[in-house]
Amino acid sequence: MTSSKIDAKIPGGSLEDKWTTYRSTVHLVNPSNKRNLEVIVVGSGLAGASAASSLAELGYKVKVFCFQDSPRRAHSIAAQGGINAAKNYQNDGDSTYRLFYDTIKGGDYRAREANVYRLAEVSGNIIDQCVAQGVPFAREYGGLLSNRSFGGTQVQRTFYAAGQTGQQLLLGAYSSLQRQVGMGTVKMYTRHEMLDVVTIDGKCRGIIARDLVTGKLERHFGHAVLLCSGGYGNVFYLSTNAMGSNVTAAWKAHKKGAFFGNPCFTQIHPTCIPVSGDHQSKLTLMSESLRNDGRIWVPKKKDDPRKPADIPEDERDYYLERRYPAFGNLVPRDVASRAAKERCDAGYGVGTSKMAVYLDFAFNTKRYGQVEANKRNLHNPSEEEIIRLGKEVVKEKYGNLFDMYEQITGENPYEMPMRIYPAVHYTMGGLWVNYNLMTTVPGLYALGEANFSDHGANRLGASALMQGLADGYFVIPYTIGDYLSEEIRTKAIPTDHEAFVEAEARVQESIDKLMNIRGTKSVDHFHKKLGKIMWDKCGMARNVEGLKSAIEEIRELRAEFWKDVRIPGTANEFNPELEKAGRVADFLELGELMCKDALERNESCGGHFREEYQTEEGEALRDDENYAYVAAWEYMGDSKYELHKEDLKFENIKIAQRSYK
Amino acid sequence: MSGNMNLTLKVWRQKNKDSKGLLETYNVKNISPDMSFLEMFDVLNEELITKGEEPIAFDHDCREGICGMCSMYINGRPHGPKRGVTTCQLHMRSFKDGDTIVVEPWRATAFPVIKDLSVDRSAFDRIIASGGFVSVNTGNARDANNIPIPKDDADTAFDAAACIGCGACVAACKNASAMLFVSAKVSQLALLPQGQPERYMRVQSMVGQMDEEGFGNCTNTGACEAECPKGISLSNIARMNRDYIAAGLGSE
Repeated sequence: MTSSKIDAKIPGGSLEDKWTTYRSTVHLVNPSNKRNLEVIVVGSGLAGASAASSLAELGYKVKVFCFQDSPRRAHSIAAQGGINAAKNYQNDGDSTYRLFYDTIKGGDYRAREANVYRLAEVSGNIIDQCVAQGVPFAREYGGLLSNRSFGGTQVQRTFYAAGQTGQQLLLGAYSSLQRQVGMGTVKMYTRHEMLDVVTIDGKCRGIIARDLVTGKLERHFGHAVLLCSGGYGNVFYLSTNAMGSNVTAAWKAHKKGAFFGNPCFTQIHPTCIPVSGDHQSKLTLMSESLRNDGRIWVPKKKDDPRKPADIPEDERDYYLERRYPAFGNLVPRDVASRAAKERCDAGYGVGTSKMAVYLDFAFNTKRYGQVEANKRNLHNPSEEEIIRLGKEVVKEKYGNLFDMYEQITGENPYEMPMRIYPAVHYTMGGLWVNYNLMTTVPGLYALGEANFSDHGANRLGASALMQGLADGYFVIPYTIGDYLSEEIRTKAIPTDHEAFVEAEARVQESIDKLMNIRGTKSVDHFHKKLGKIMWDKCGMARNVEGLKSAIEEIRELRAEFWKDVRIPGTANEFNPELEKAGRVADFLELGELMCKDALERNESCGGHFREEYQTEEGEALRDDENYAYVAAWEYMGDSKYELHKEDLKFENIKIAQRSYK
Repeated sequence: MSGNMNLTLKVWRQKNKDSKGLLETYNVKNISPDMSFLEMFDVLNEELITKGEEPIAFDHDCREGICGMCSMYINGRPHGPKRGVTTCQLHMRSFKDGDTIVVEPWRATAFPVIKDLSVDRSAFDRIIASGGFVSVNTGNARDANNIPIPKDDADTAFDAAACIGCGACVAACKNASAMLFVSAKVSQLALLPQGQPERYMRVQSMVGQMDEEGFGNCTNTGACEAECPKGISLSNIARMNRDYIAAGLGSE
């Protein structure tokens, strides 16, 4: 039974009609009233920038906050491979329903049907919008858009711009945002961090932010606040997230009453550059698109000392092709990651650490070379000629990724296979939101990776960009009207209201507390320790004992942090160590909730793999009878959380054991 | 730490925008050639914190060469000695044991220092706000494949759009000119059909804002192109100049 404290507000009607009907019947705000309604957007990535510009275009007064020096730096920029859309430009059988189906199945049946269907419905509009903005997607010689394949699907629906799709989409959204900034309809606050939300009479009415250059705390009023602050993968310390990516905005909101959905659902991406040493500060992704053309393998013999090129075909184990013949190298991320871990744990890993597998382009380089030779009418080309031509094609498709790999590892991937290993990449969990993207705090919304909504227990590749832009461009501009139409009589609340004064005082108190510890260990010291606990015990595989001990260890570490962290300098200046300390303090609380959530969910699904629950073949074993729900956690004070459940109903899709064989 | 490189660093320290800065000398030991340049700074900062000194402030975020936030002027070159990489992607294997490395912030009137190696690049945002966009509101778009674009044009536009807005071009230029940055955006949109309606208005507004921000003039030296981590071509500047002149003449 769904908890009485949450209402997903899913509109009635058939799945296909829900969104259309909703859009035609949702309350509207007339243009002159929009001018008096203020909206705060926290975060300037795909979700934040697209929401802010779209709302400003509609006439709302918008303020945008980001901690970076420019909104263009948000970590959406680092997304490489592409963005999905059900355009069916390839004539290969794609449709809204198929994108919906793939996403629900890919998420291992732990996402809400209505939200995912809406996402699939608006996916095509996103591509149209981005092209209109001048986003330079890859094209064919005929001038039309090109597509490629991603994991968990059997159609080609991924639009891309080389290995820099996130960059191009973000710069498109950023340029729309800057256009509004130039017109004065959006006020931009860079190098600002949100440190609390302000609630008055149970409604969200603004935020407290710190100017990171001067250290000054500021109060900002808004009729509604949109958190577009991304995911919390950095709780693991090592991840593919940017160094500054954090949970602080979402966590502060959680502590003010916003329920946190499925915190234990984290995505471990299968193809990342392996860890090279203790100094490592972050991990780098090698796009999933590489799995289009790269084949993953390990030697059949343990500790094979030979160079990869010297190992003959029949002594290689293309384990994904072996285990999952239908999807092969393009299985979803959770499946591919676990399979890599399985091989390495069994002793077949490669490289100095033995914690890596090969991603090999030799086969497809040759294939491309042959096609290219045919195109150019070269008869009887030599093997070298074919490989040279093939490398040119590979360079055009993935050049920047290959360069990045060489920069980091010092090895040339055109000559030898890449060595890759899974790494923390994305968090499907996040603030619980209803169909309108509103959290359990009225007036407080969460968009993009910051919410929990569309990806269930595992996100498919190229769907994060789709969701961020869907939420910002095409969902929130409609759904926010449902709330703001009731707020037209609310005048801007002056920020000397006691709720603002109180919230600011509490933020100040917590900063003072941090500064006054004057301990002996750096913030990074604690962050690394937390990351190790999380990776070892709440990472790719979890079990009861591990999770229980992780909770204890995190509590101890948190106590030690508050006694012994050292933050140099003062709070009244640009102080990156203080910023980090605040974020790590929040991660130290979130980590515990993640473990608690993982412990509570006695099943394996998607990225959540509980060792106790697996099939004989080592596949995730779901328990639909007891766990087909969203776990929405309510904060009840230090280390206290109450679980509320939102039952998931699958009325348009047959729930089944997920198979990619 | 597992490496064996010992280095001498001379790093610009400056408390805030109003104070005077100076180069401080630091010795770092046991650096691994597999570390990135910023990870070497992490090691140094960890040491400074342990000793009770203030760590060095520097901008960085994605650490994979795409966000454009990192910005160190290393041995007289933005982003250091290697071509085509950002500071975060520069690895210590590009240096030798015993090297002395001088690290400064971007130097330009339009990029005031905030602290140590961090500078204020908001001038770039204001230039984009002045015209670096296509005026299309959400929901106005037609089907994406209704606008066929020749592959060569799309590819050239993409090459210009690869700019990460780091400001290395400005730091490299003896006049602190922002022409490469501005021309990259102007070119991207000038090469695409979507950018045509505002093409000439755009170049005038953006160049106007660039001048207002206090960036210097272009003298075609080409240092910007040589130091650009994303290989943005000088030909973009030529294209921008042509459009700017055409805009001034009021003809096409």
